[in-house]
Amino acid sequence: MTAAIQIDSVEKSYKGFKALKGVSLNIEQGEFFGLLGPNGAGKTTLISTIAGLIRPDVGSVRIHGHDVVKDFREARMKLGVVPQELVFDPFFTVRETLRLQSGYFGLKNNDPWIDEVMENLDLTPKADVNMRALSGGMKRRVLVAQALVHKPPVIVLDEPTAGVDVELRQTLWKFIARLNREGHTVVLTTHYLEEAQAMCQRVAMLKTGNVVALDTMAQLLRRVSGSSLVVHLKHGALPEGLRHLVAHDEHNGGNTYTLRVNEYSEVEGILARLRESGAEIDEMQLQQADLEDIFIQIMEGSPVR
Amino acid sequence: MNAFSVGFRTLFYKEILRFWKVATQTIAAPVVSAMLYLLIFGHVLDGRVEMLDGVSYTSFLVPGLVMMSVLQNAFANSSSSLIQSKITGNLVFILLPPLSHVEILSAYVTASVVRGLAVGLGVFVITAWFAHLSFVAPLWIIVFALLGAGILGTLGVIAGIWAEKFDQLAAFQNFLITPATFLAGVFYSIKKLPPFWLAVSHFNPFFYMIDGFRYGFFGQSDVSPWTSLAIVAVFFVALAAIAINLLRRGYKLRH
Repeated sequence: MTAAIQIDSVEKSYKGFKALKGVSLNIEQGEFFGLLGPNGAGKTTLISTIAGLIRPDVGSVRIHGHDVVKDFREARMKLGVVPQELVFDPFFTVRETLRLQSGYFGLKNNDPWIDEVMENLDLTPKADVNMRALSGGMKRRVLVAQALVHKPPVIVLDEPTAGVDVELRQTLWKFIARLNREGHTVVLTTHYLEEAQAMCQRVAMLKTGNVVALDTMAQLLRRVSGSSLVVHLKHGALPEGLRHLVAHDEHNGGNTYTLRVNEYSEVEGILARLRESGAEIDEMQLQQADLEDIFIQIMEGSPVR
Repeated sequence: MNAFSVGFRTLFYKEILRFWKVATQTIAAPVVSAMLYLLIFGHVLDGRVEMLDGVSYTSFLVPGLVMMSVLQNAFANSSSSLIQSKITGNLVFILLPPLSHVEILSAYVTASVVRGLAVGLGVFVITAWFAHLSFVAPLWIIVFALLGAGILGTLGVIAGIWAEKFDQLAAFQNFLITPATFLAGVFYSIKKLPPFWLAVSHFNPFFYMIDGFRYGFFGQSDVSPWTSLAIVAVFFVALAAIAINLLRRGYKLRH
């Protein structure tokens, strides 16, 4: 089956700054794919390249087999993009905005689908309200609706939940998950790693324009060995023999330490060492490793165990 | 590629809707400005100067003012729409769909033509009461109004693509479009100019648009309307080619 998105050796520079350094990856049809990385990693540049807003210096991007530059009409018909910035046209109402966007994609008489999208995003009560009068969250919903007016098989969401309330997040994810179940490919960038962990089947991590990790969510989580033991000491200090277990960035000040634990059986040994050193535990918590742990390890260049 | 595709028609409709929603600013205000020009210049100069044989100054002025309004508003429509969309970021809604370069250009230009003609018609209806106008060759009036609006609409697209800030666009308007229109014979016949400025005026394409347009009313012009048509048509084709090339390359639009 043709890949939903095929990215081949894409490079892009801006005035000497290399934003993408030969990125290659395939996103399969029907996947819920996460594109993660810190600010400046190249996520938005990559998404803009997929969307045809940026032209790569080297390499190519194909949507369902259509080159985004040479075969742009077919490629763009297959793609719906929710941009990161909260942009809108202040001249129009929500319904006008969505009808215009349908028309740009060559669709006439698209009102039944527009109504359905508005209903699913709780936009119906605002259908005839001018865009200027909407809250930030509502404007974000309209952006999502605009990306979906032509029922694209591939949907790209560039930080869709940045700065939006819990209600919208839940509404949005419910709708996007439904579209994914119905066969749409979804590509998501987000800084909320718990969202990515909950939604994405596969993840690519970008760092300074390179793909530094590309794997299924399950495999990635397996690569983070074990769990963390968070201990708050009432008295005493962490013995020297346990210092090597402290997670690199989680010596939380005071007397709270986050220690890496590969297996639960190691916990007993740690507690014994603490007792021997005279330290008294005030609070203790065993945390399962999550995507954030592996993200931090990969971004800081630590070996993933 | 269908020149009358749904995409083209939608973008055209959007551009019409955009200026219609603020018609007081985009239609009524330029009509009032042209009216003021007519009242002031007509009152001061009527009966004192004669630009064309047997034509009063006010009658001479009306076609010039109509064409000036057509040209300036056609330019304002496409250029302001593009710069606003670029600066607010909503141009992305035009760049993400599968619209071709030709569809984008033709939609912006035809909407500009409609705005230019709407303002021109408004100016004509108001100012015609003050003048005795004849319509010797109405086809020339239509041809030069359409071509002039098309040229300025295209120039507006180029300026809107090129400008990154409102003041750059204002500079384009204030230092190029306005002087070129004012010095194109809106208020005078270039035959009244000294030889140097007469020669300079022949290098101003706006002059041919206004001169040809005025020929349609009075059957008199500084140069043959056929010459004007040829020059204006070549200018239009050249500008359209530049605009399509900029859009195709994604100049300042797709990085």
